[in-house]
Amino acid sequence: MTGYLWIVIVLPLAGALFNHFLGRRIGEPRAAGPAILAVLGSFAFAAVAARDFFISAGSSEQAVAVVHLFDWIPGLGARAELLWDPLSATMTLVVTGVGALIHIYSVGYMHGDPRFGRFFTYLNLFIASMLILVLANNFALLFVGWELVGLCSYLLISFWYTRPSAAAAGKKAFVVNRVGDFGFMVALMIIFLSFGTLSYTEVLHDPGTVIGAGTATAIGLLLLVGAAGKSAQLPLHVWLPDAMEGPTPVSALIHAATMVTAGVYMVARCAAIFGLSDVAGGVVATVGALTALLAATIAIAQRDIKRVLAYSTISQLGYMFMAVGVAGYVAGLFHLVTHAVFKALLFLGAGSVIHAMADQQDMNRMGGLRRKLPLTHATMLIATLSIAGIPPLAGFWSKDEILAVMFYAGGYYTVLWAVGLVTALLTAFYMARQYFMVFSGEGRWDEGVDPHESPRVMTVPLVILGALTLVIGFVNTPFRLSFEHFLDPVFHSVPVAHAPEDGFLLAALALVSVAAGLVGILIAYLIYGRASEEVRERLLGRVRRPLMAWEHGYWIDDVYGKVIVEPGLRIADWSAGVLDQRAIDGLVNGVGVAVRRLGARLRPLQSGFVRAYGSLLAAGALLVVGWIVVRGI
Amino acid sequence: MIESVVVTPGWYMTLAAVLFLIGSGGLLLRNNALVMFMSVELMLNAVNLTFVAAARAHGDIGGQMAVLFVLVVAAAEVAVGLAIIVSIFRTRRTASVDELSELSG
Amino acid sequence: MVELVIFVLMGAVTLAGAIGVVRARNPVYGAMGLMATLFALAVFYVVHLAHFVAVVQVIVYAGAVITLFLFVIMFVGVDRAEDLKEKLAVQRPVALIVLVGVVVLAGVLVVTGRFDWVISSGEPPVVRGTIEEIGENLISIGSPSDRQASRWLLPFEATSLLLIVAAVGAIALAFYRPRRKDEPPAGPDTGPGS
Repeated sequence: MTGYLWIVIVLPLAGALFNHFLGRRIGEPRAAGPAILAVLGSFAFAAVAARDFFISAGSSEQAVAVVHLFDWIPGLGARAELLWDPLSATMTLVVTGVGALIHIYSVGYMHGDPRFGRFFTYLNLFIASMLILVLANNFALLFVGWELVGLCSYLLISFWYTRPSAAAAGKKAFVVNRVGDFGFMVALMIIFLSFGTLSYTEVLHDPGTVIGAGTATAIGLLLLVGAAGKSAQLPLHVWLPDAMEGPTPVSALIHAATMVTAGVYMVARCAAIFGLSDVAGGVVATVGALTALLAATIAIAQRDIKRVLAYSTISQLGYMFMAVGVAGYVAGLFHLVTHAVFKALLFLGAGSVIHAMADQQDMNRMGGLRRKLPLTHATMLIATLSIAGIPPLAGFWSKDEILAVMFYAGGYYTVLWAVGLVTALLTAFYMARQYFMVFSGEGRWDEGVDPHESPRVMTVPLVILGALTLVIGFVNTPFRLSFEHFLDPVFHSVPVAHAPEDGFLLAALALVSVAAGLVGILIAYLIYGRASEEVRERLLGRVRRPLMAWEHGYWIDDVYGKVIVEPGLRIADWSAGVLDQRAIDGLVNGVGVAVRRLGARLRPLQSGFVRAYGSLLAAGALLVVGWIVVRGI
Repeated sequence: MIESVVVTPGWYMTLAAVLFLIGSGGLLLRNNALVMFMSVELMLNAVNLTFVAAARAHGDIGGQMAVLFVLVVAAAEVAVGLAIIVSIFRTRRTASVDELSELSG
Repeated sequence: MVELVIFVLMGAVTLAGAIGVVRARNPVYGAMGLMATLFALAVFYVVHLAHFVAVVQVIVYAGAVITLFLFVIMFVGVDRAEDLKEKLAVQRPVALIVLVGVVVLAGVLVVTGRFDWVISSGEPPVVRGTIEEIGENLISIGSPSDRQASRWLLPFEATSLLLIVAAVGAIALAFYRPRRKDEPPAGPDTGPGS
């Protein structure tokens, strides 16, 4: 069964090829069919292939399969091999499962788009690329997937490329990711230099015997640079809010559920390396905590419904980095899974709202949609409560586990735990704010907007994701650690941070975090739910300055613009204008002009008269004889 | 006294040099393409004479072989060259090379 | 003694013919001069025991080539006596200066004794350019280790290729006709009759 694992990747790839060549011809609704079927097929195959892991969860003898396809670059230890273990199985199921739902949703959302088929081409290509990323058994193949998802992200962000902002956003995402890739590639080079191979099987099996803590720290920090680029962590987070220019299903699939979690996956995959270096882990956790807090504060002041969610995603990814930084891999991956579900739900719900409001994204122009969009409202409410950490929803269990792991790690990490707690409060606040601004109160709609519930093809995925949000948290509760046992074979040889066993402490921590969430929601309710317009204005007026900073994302974009982009543009201008046109073109043209002048001088020689040429020939002979007379033979 | 004069290879070389000089003079000073061709033949034959004389002086048959090859090349040259002259004459009604200077730079 | 007589007589014929080629206003006389020169050279070849070369010289040069020349001269027109007046302004003085220069420099080389006509030691073996000897040299391949025996084989084959190319080229030139503007493009099988 696992021998045919390549089918999981080939199916969406085939779907992409199919739609690439035929998508336009077979027209709008039909083009989606093969695409959805391909992803569903991948999901089904992966689910069946992962059956053994479910059955034998908890036992230490699980079959971790390495599927050898062909020798790719044997010199780098880069064989085309797929690794099928519980970690890659988890990621595969998330990618194909959430991916399939978003594919279905897109049928409704992209209705009427002239490039309908092309959209599904890109989506399928993305699924295939992401599966290459998570299933790779060596860093080279991982990097291939890593770049391919970056490409798909670029293509989909600028899907509506006629909008200058969308084209610019795609470019920005691509360029910022290059910065991260630089670190990633250097990390890969150091790995190859140290181990002589890039294969997981050899590198990640007890690396402590090959490299010391110093090398491990270097590799870890450089990997973090790559992960920060892909997962939008400080200071490379600036591309993700702009990426919201893409169609909303794209934001849900790529920029919330799957691609941006690649960094978390990669750190978890390299647990053996990070386990050798406390410094690298600490930096990862610190970056995560700072990102979580900063992004949460920025999200408070956003007015665009998708930008709120974008910053929320950055913040939640910070949570995951925090967890994997203290070796709480299970907690981090658990949050990755639950977040994929409820953040996809939030984005799809937001897409439904935007759809209903005729492409209006400003939350100041919404409000009172509770009765107009009942299904969207209900599912969004579940997701909002989930991300706010209200039990018994998915977000509660995973976030609480992260906080517990952080607290239990002790020492310096207690500070990060406090940061996480504050972030939890802020998260509850801004999500509740969004809920109240969109769904409650009176409608502040534009003229002529008539909100209506989305078609069934869009609401069914919402309902499924809502149901998942209700139940998925139970796969890993302190009462029953199924997910942790499921992942045991992946992390059995590395130290993993656990939540405390102490039931009382656990309950106390849970109580604190739930209280933080409730306080956040309460404040949001007081300001945005109950207070009248004037009271709200007055309250917000008192915190104008921080609000300004938050609304502009601490002006980080502007600073980058001034410090990096503008000098870069100036250098480019100088090279294009002065260096290229004057110096290089001058050199090139100068050679041309010199040759032409010389030619003009020599032209009279070429008189066209054969006998003149003969005379020149004879003169040449004269010179030769003269040479012989003077210098001898 | 006249019996003691020996015709050395140098004599033939000198004769060939004069012949070559006459041929090159014809090539440079006449403008009829046919005459120029004949002058080239003179020059080729001057060289042939030196080859044969050298072959005898060195006792090496290679000189005569070279003459044969020169002969072949000259025959080929005459065939192609005269064909060119004929086709030029058919279009331009002239055999003077001075009126063919379209290729001037 | 005999060789001296032959050298003087035939040398005179050679030079007279050559001067005839260069000086004659009528190309037919020029061709006759050339033929005389070629015959005289054939006599020299016989003197040098190069019998086969002499025969070929008479047949190919004095026979075929001269006939070809005469044919073309007739075709181009015998009555078109060439205008001997020089049209290129500096051509004649430049050519004369260059030629005289070459002669003077070569003379300097000879007079100062820095140029030996033939460098040979002792009495050279006598070579006879009989047809057997020449044929042996041209196309004998000898034993594989004997590079000397087959050294003229490759040039010989190369000249055969050259002759084919020259023949094809001459035929192509003979059939070439510049197309006039109002003429439809020629079909692929435009033969000589079209």
